[in-house]
Amino acid sequence: MDLRFGDSKPTDEEREAVDALLGPPESSWEGADRSDADLRWARGGRAARERRDLLLPGLHAVNDRIGWISEGALDYLCRRLTVPPAEAYGVATFYAMFSVKPRPATVLHVCTDLACAAAGASELCAGVEARLGLGSGVSVERSPCLGLCERAPAALAVKAGDPVRTAVSAPATVERAVLAASSPDSAPEEPSAALAVPQAGQAGREELVLLSRVGVVDPASLDDYRAQGGYTALRQAFAIGPAGVIREVTDAGLVGRGGAAFPTGRKWQATASGPDRPHYLVCNADESEPGTFKDRVVMEGDPYSLVEAMTIAGYAVGAHKGYLYLRGEYPRALERMEHAIGQARARGLLGDDVLGQGYAFDIEMRRGAGAYICGEETALFNSIEGYRGEPRSKPPFPVEKGLFGKPTAENNVETLVNVLPILTMGAQAYAAIGTGKSTGPKLFCVSGSVDRPGIYELPFGATLGELLDLAGVRKRLRAVLLGGAAGGFVRPDELDIPLTFEGTREAGTTLGSGVVLAFDDTVPLPRLLLRIAEFFRDESCGQCVPCRVGTVRQEEALHRIVDRTGAEAASDIALLREVGRAMKDASICGLGQTAWNAVESAIDRLGAYE
Amino acid sequence: MTLIPLGIPRRLLEFTIDGEPVRAPEGSTILDACRSVGKDVPTLCQGDTLTPKNACRVCVVEVEGSRTLVPACSRKAEAGMQVQTDSERARHSRKIVLELLASSVDLSTTPEVAGWLKEYEAKPDRFGPDAARLNEEPKVDNDLYVRDYDKCILCYKCVDACGDQWQNTFAISVTGRGFDARIAVEHDAPLTDSACVYCGNCIEVCPTGALSFKSEFDMRAAGTWDEPAQTETTTVCAYCGVGCNLTLHVQDNEIVKVTSPHDNPVTHGNLCIKGRFGYQHVQNRD
Ligand SMILES: Cc1cc2nc3c(=O)[nH]c(=O)nc-3n(C[C@H](O)[C@H](O)[C@H](O)COP(=O)(O)O)c2cc1C
Ligand code: SF4
Ligand code: SF4
Ligand code: SF4
Ligand code: FES
Ligand code: FES
Repeated sequence: MDLRFGDSKPTDEEREAVDALLGPPESSWEGADRSDADLRWARGGRAARERRDLLLPGLHAVNDRIGWISEGALDYLCRRLTVPPAEAYGVATFYAMFSVKPRPATVLHVCTDLACAAAGASELCAGVEARLGLGSGVSVERSPCLGLCERAPAALAVKAGDPVRTAVSAPATVERAVLAASSPDSAPEEPSAALAVPQAGQAGREELVLLSRVGVVDPASLDDYRAQGGYTALRQAFAIGPAGVIREVTDAGLVGRGGAAFPTGRKWQATASGPDRPHYLVCNADESEPGTFKDRVVMEGDPYSLVEAMTIAGYAVGAHKGYLYLRGEYPRALERMEHAIGQARARGLLGDDVLGQGYAFDIEMRRGAGAYICGEETALFNSIEGYRGEPRSKPPFPVEKGLFGKPTAENNVETLVNVLPILTMGAQAYAAIGTGKSTGPKLFCVSGSVDRPGIYELPFGATLGELLDLAGVRKRLRAVLLGGAAGGFVRPDELDIPLTFEGTREAGTTLGSGVVLAFDDTVPLPRLLLRIAEFFRDESCGQCVPCRVGTVRQEEALHRIVDRTGAEAASDIALLREVGRAMKDASICGLGQTAWNAVESAIDRLGAYE
Repeated sequence: MTLIPLGIPRRLLEFTIDGEPVRAPEGSTILDACRSVGKDVPTLCQGDTLTPKNACRVCVVEVEGSRTLVPACSRKAEAGMQVQTDSERARHSRKIVLELLASSVDLSTTPEVAGWLKEYEAKPDRFGPDAARLNEEPKVDNDLYVRDYDKCILCYKCVDACGDQWQNTFAISVTGRGFDARIAVEHDAPLTDSACVYCGNCIEVCPTGALSFKSEFDMRAAGTWDEPAQTETTTVCAYCGVGCNLTLHVQDNEIVKVTSPHDNPVTHGNLCIKGRFGYQHVQNRD
């Protein structure tokens, strides 16, 4: 590979930002001054290309420091990593949080997604834009769900610099959002993660399994975590060995909580037995499904549990390295997880010899940069590897050829955290929770028209109505969106649907990642559907035609019928059905395949345009 | 003597296509198997010299037991598979995909597509007059080739040909995402400011005419491009000793473009700037 780099030069600050990540350059080949050695030595080839996975962190480094990525900065980064500039440009333009055009150092992301829209996001946006117009030094950007739905409406301010500063404002008012953007350092601290768990203050808190420590343990203290029973599961894992762990997880009947409901034991078994080496573990903490915020609360409230769970999973599948891919919009979860990983490493709970058991395992964090599609498992691999976050076609499946082409087990945060109780209480006791086919406890993200939005933990099998009662559902419920934007709507007279994988399937809907978004009749349904369509159009990676163009045609048709019903809407609804069917059938990945689900269910179950 | 590598003998897989038993060597795609028994499945993004990206989805077929349709161009055949190439489900998706494409880009220079639009009764107009289109102006920024992304179906073939599959120049990439995704060089600059070495291998693989020789582009604009009147002569490139085969496309005794046979073991359809574009001296008759 003979790469050509342009003539644009980085500024000193841009160079510094990149060098802070990669260390100073060694030769003129990668941007240093020319030295005598350069006349005899060319850096490049294989050794250099192996660093491509630092491209995303490199883009973050520049974007964090400057606020956007200039030609000079991008070219310098490419030189350092031996990445073709055209490809790096393709990667930089893939992510919503990066800009390749100059923009103010501060960006205020204002959520306009489902829960926030219902809580007045458009007034918030208008108010904020009126206050922070041109020349204010703040760029206001409308954002998809920020994962703060329990405190809707939400805004996130990111101020570039060294270090980058962030401030979350939720529930946001115009005043508070403007304050967060103009001086993130003096914005009030976010409320504790425990407040996102309304059950914490209620009777029956003893019964919480996954959330038992949130609000109880000090998220910054490893000692406190251990005092609360932390690291007993890992000891148990070492006692029974990798095959024993996989057997327990299989017997417990654990299925994935990330949306696709795949049996975790089978995934681990297949990865563990992959002949190719090394093996990898990836924790999917991308959590960008609108309405989902459970993984954030777990990471903010009980970060060591995820570190421990990842160590166990890595041990089971024979991996020595785990990647934690965290969505870019979660500053507090990032800080807490970085701290927890650092502490665990310092105390020998990560590293060459975990717990003195001769097993080496470490966790590397990767920060997403605003792309829902990167939650798709194979897109996530591409993103970590420094490519565009486009899904790969399957087969081959990740257990065979995953991250860096090696056998990989990828699991959701909640899935992994379930492994702790499985090992401490034993597979049988765990499997006794829930129903025969959906075992264990489940986290639900409840938001929208309820009095106590937040994360609820219930054994599988509770009904939708029971969950909504706990959360204090308001009068005049019009519809419930189950499973997020990729899920489906159900009617207020269907609240006896049992919240299990099989129960929702039987009712013709899905549990997805556990989203329960309640809407009362003040929310205009057609607008809501339009927002869902807009979300998918924005988030399509663009790789395949049914999704790239289909999501656009879907949004156009919904625009046409936003104020229409009956015969006037009929031909567009027929068109939507035809396009939707092809999207479901012929798209490469789950995004295109599910982009029409919610709209379809609103038409069929709610009579949205009748 | 040319040595043809035979490779290790491959096992034959038995499965069915449209109910009829077929056998195909292990490793064949469903598309290979279909073509070997004389059944054609439409394809747009598939290319004979590249690993398919399976992005266009016109080649989808129904496989028993699969939740979604599968792309015939890239899914490997498996023993016992039951494939339906022309089921209602597959035809429906193909029709919609063709409609979606034809409503958003200019397919006027894409071979075969007109026939498929008819065959599948596709009506690209039914998305209404306001349906979003690419609406790109052709990028004419050098004397050798023109990029008219209004015709681009984002098949990724040019990117793969320029990148790790053939040329290893990596001058172009997909940028942006969703409907705004485009093929571009770094910083969206003109081609002349990029790493492009004008080998034209991307033009060779482009299925839609989005990439074309400047000569062809100009003649089309002038209305003088007349493909049926052209003759093709394959010869050996005289510039260096590699021995690439050139196919000269000649109209009215003038070379109008140069391609290379895809089944040629030296070039696989690829050339360098000299072989591809350096033909002016041939017709310089003064
Ligand atoms: C478009 C799309 C987005 C996804 N986003 C997420 C996500 O944010 N978090 C997640 O855990 N899984 C997500 N998934 C599901 C993952 O692809 C994968 O199934 C999951 O991480 C596997 O983990 P599990 O078996 O523990 O559920 C997404 C899937 C698709 C198709
Ligand atoms: S379905 Fe959509 S998101 Fe998935 S690969 Fe295709 S274009 Fe990309
Ligand atoms: S002409 Fe060659 S180098 Fe230039 S973009 Fe096309 S394939 Fe790449
Ligand atoms: S320019 Fe041609 S080869 Fe490249 S993606 Fe577009 S249609 Fe495919
Ligand atoms: S944070 Fe706004 S909808 Fe989730
Ligand atoms: S030809 Fe198979 S997907 Fe395009």
